[in-house]
Amino acid sequence: MMIQRIPKSTILCGVAICVLALHSYFNGAEAEYGDVILNEFSDAAGVRPVVFPHWFHRIRFRCKVCHGDLGFAFKAGGNDINMLKIIDGEYCGACHDGSIAWSIENCDLCHSGVPNMPTQVHHSTVQKLITPRSDQSQVERSSAEGTDD
Amino acid sequence: MGNVKYRLFHYVVTLAGTLVLTVNMLQWAAADQDPNAFNRLLRPVTERNASPESDGIHDPAGYGAAMLQPPRDAFGTLPKSVSGNYINWSRAIAEQKLNPRYNMNNPEAPPVVLDLNIVREVKGTMPDVVYPHKEHTEWLDCANCHPAIFIPQKGANQISMASILLGEKCGVCHGKVAFPVSECRRCHSKPKDAAAQ
Repeated sequence: MMIQRIPKSTILCGVAICVLALHSYFNGAEAEYGDVILNEFSDAAGVRPVVFPHWFHRIRFRCKVCHGDLGFAFKAGGNDINMLKIIDGEYCGACHDGSIAWSIENCDLCHSGVPNMPTQVHHSTVQKLITPRSDQSQVERSSAEGTDD
Repeated sequence: MGNVKYRLFHYVVTLAGTLVLTVNMLQWAAADQDPNAFNRLLRPVTERNASPESDGIHDPAGYGAAMLQPPRDAFGTLPKSVSGNYINWSRAIAEQKLNPRYNMNNPEAPPVVLDLNIVREVKGTMPDVVYPHKEHTEWLDCANCHPAIFIPQKGANQISMASILLGEKCGVCHGKVAFPVSECRRCHSKPKDAAAQ
C-alpha cells in the first residue's frame, strides 16, 4: 500500500540525491596536493587503501626524518610496507606506536581511502596535465606506475 | 492522522530534494555548461584545501574521514602561496610559523643547514636558476639528494624541464610535494647578464 502511494517525484528526488552523493564520493579532484594513495596490498587484503597526507606530516617533521632516517624512498608504492614491518617499528611504525603518534589499532585513520583507488600522488604534475576525459583513466594508470612521492 | 503525517513527510522530502538538486544544477551549469566560463578546466577556489569528509579520496563510511584534521584548520596562520597546498612552506619555516622536528624523538634538535647558492646557467631565454641549499637543507639531509639524484660536482648533472616534468631530478619532489613546476620564477630567478645577451 505505502509503496504504491509514494509519488514519482519523491522517488526521482531520492535517486538524484544518491547520484549526486556518488558523484562527489568518487571524485578525487578536491584531494590535497601531495596526498598519497597507497594501495599495493590493501584492496587485496580487504581493507581500504591508505591515504598519506604529506601536508599534515611536514607540519610536524622535516622531510629528512622519514625520507632519510626511516628509509622511505621517494616513490609512492616503492617501499614494500606491510603491517608486520609497521608493528616491528619500521616505516610508519617508528612513530605510530602510541608514543609519538597514535598506534596501529586505529586502522581506519590510515586505511581511510575510497576502495579501488590506484597508488598515486594527488595533483602531481602527471595528474595535472589537462587531457581529454577519455584519456583520464589512462593518465591515472600511468601516474600510478610512474610517479614518485 | 497517518495520512497527514505522510503527506507532510512527502512535502518535506520533495522540497529538500528539489533544493539540493537546484543548488547542484546551478553549480554544474556555472562550472561545466557555460561555454564561456572563466577557468573552465581549473579547480574552483572553493574546492581548495577540502576537508577529508568531502575531498573525494577519503571513504565517508570509515571513521577516518570524520576524525582526520581538515587542512584549513592547520593552514590558518601559515604564509600563503599560489599553488600546491597554497602554503609557502619555506617561508613558514623562515618566519618561524612552523618548526617541524629534524629528529624524530628530539624536538630541540636543530637542522644542519648549508647556506650555499648554486647558479645554473640555462640555455634558453629564461633567467638562470639559483638553487639555494639553505631552503633545501632546512627540510632535507644531504644524502636525500646526493649522490643518487644529483652528483655533487659542478657540471656533472644534466637537467631538463622534460625530465623534471616526468618526475626526475628536481621533479622527484617539485610537482609532487614541493611547490609545483608552474612557479617558474621561484627557480628561474637570476636575470642573465645584459652583456651576455
